[in-house]
Amino acid sequence: MINGLALLSFSYLLGMWTGDLLGTMLGIDANVGGVGFAMLFLILIKEWFMKKGWWKADLEFGIEFWNKLYIPIVIAMAASLNVKSALSSGLLAILAGTIPVFLAFWVFKVLVRSFKTT
Amino acid sequence: MEELHALIDKNGLIVAFLLVGLLTWVTDLFSKKVLSGKIPGSAIAIFMALIFGYLGGVLAGGEKGMADLALFKGLSLLGGSMFRDFAIVATAAGASFLLIRKSGLIGMISLVLGIFVFFLGGVGLAWLMGYRDAVSLCTIGAGACTYIVGPVTGGALGASSEVIALSIGTGVVKTIAVTIFTPILAKRIGLETPGAAMAFGGMMGTSSGVAAGLAATDPKLVPYGAVTATFYTGLGCLVCPSLFYLVLEFLI
Repeated sequence: MINGLALLSFSYLLGMWTGDLLGTMLGIDANVGGVGFAMLFLILIKEWFMKKGWWKADLEFGIEFWNKLYIPIVIAMAASLNVKSALSSGLLAILAGTIPVFLAFWVFKVLVRSFKTT
Repeated sequence: MEELHALIDKNGLIVAFLLVGLLTWVTDLFSKKVLSGKIPGSAIAIFMALIFGYLGGVLAGGEKGMADLALFKGLSLLGGSMFRDFAIVATAAGASFLLIRKSGLIGMISLVLGIFVFFLGGVGLAWLMGYRDAVSLCTIGAGACTYIVGPVTGGALGASSEVIALSIGTGVVKTIAVTIFTPILAKRIGLETPGAAMAFGGMMGTSSGVAAGLAATDPKLVPYGAVTATFYTGLGCLVCPSLFYLVLEFLI
């Protein structure tokens, strides 16, 4: 179990570090794609381990546990968002926070459809 | 009673596990017995959590919703960015590298389109509401991208603190809107495949909103949406205070 968890932590730290380095390289004070890089590292490590026959059920359990914990974490996150001040920061915040979302839903629909037909 | 308070205070994270577990248990039961499974229990739980976040803000007047009440302060640790990102990375173990590579192009296109659509929408609405200077317009447009891009852009351009606060508010409203409307509209916009989820993550960009929205829609899609959404904030911080600002200034 703990070796799976360690593998996950290794991918996470390596990915975050890559994101930070990329951010510094681009000259901005933000992490660029750290989580995405970490996910790619984990997927690549998994493929490599499977080829070698090192990917065991016990190892996967350490990662699977956190995978399953994901929705509870999202629930806790939602409960600790600053919902009140977001809704009371004025009409513009509410409009500019929702109208582009619907616009993006529409653009998304067109994009997905045009990719399916080609 | 005093012992109990001290106990809760010392074990915030454990209390948070208990609270989220109880909420999920109740909403799962409600989903099954009352709604006959039409709306997933997790979607109801996330929505209820947002309402609790609002109530917490009213009662405590802080910045972390429910987590500002002493009893619930562990929620901000469990729901903080460290655990959130760690769990998102863990979902990758269930994703297929082949599918991610196959949908890389549509993911990248949607990323660029997404930043453009939200920035333009934010700037347009700010213009309609009477803002005319490039710095404020750009900061509010950046806030419409995510609540991190807004203050980063505003800080870089020297926007006023009210405008920066407004841009954060805009970004948080966006996160909430994406969380609520993704499960409602998913079928109608064709959000059903891993490839579509990758495009969705790039288009919407708010990691929290995409993650919560997809979790309530279909948990299998979460890693695909998250892998592109994670590049959005970084890309937004890159282009909003530079390229987009220069274009805006030129136009005004």
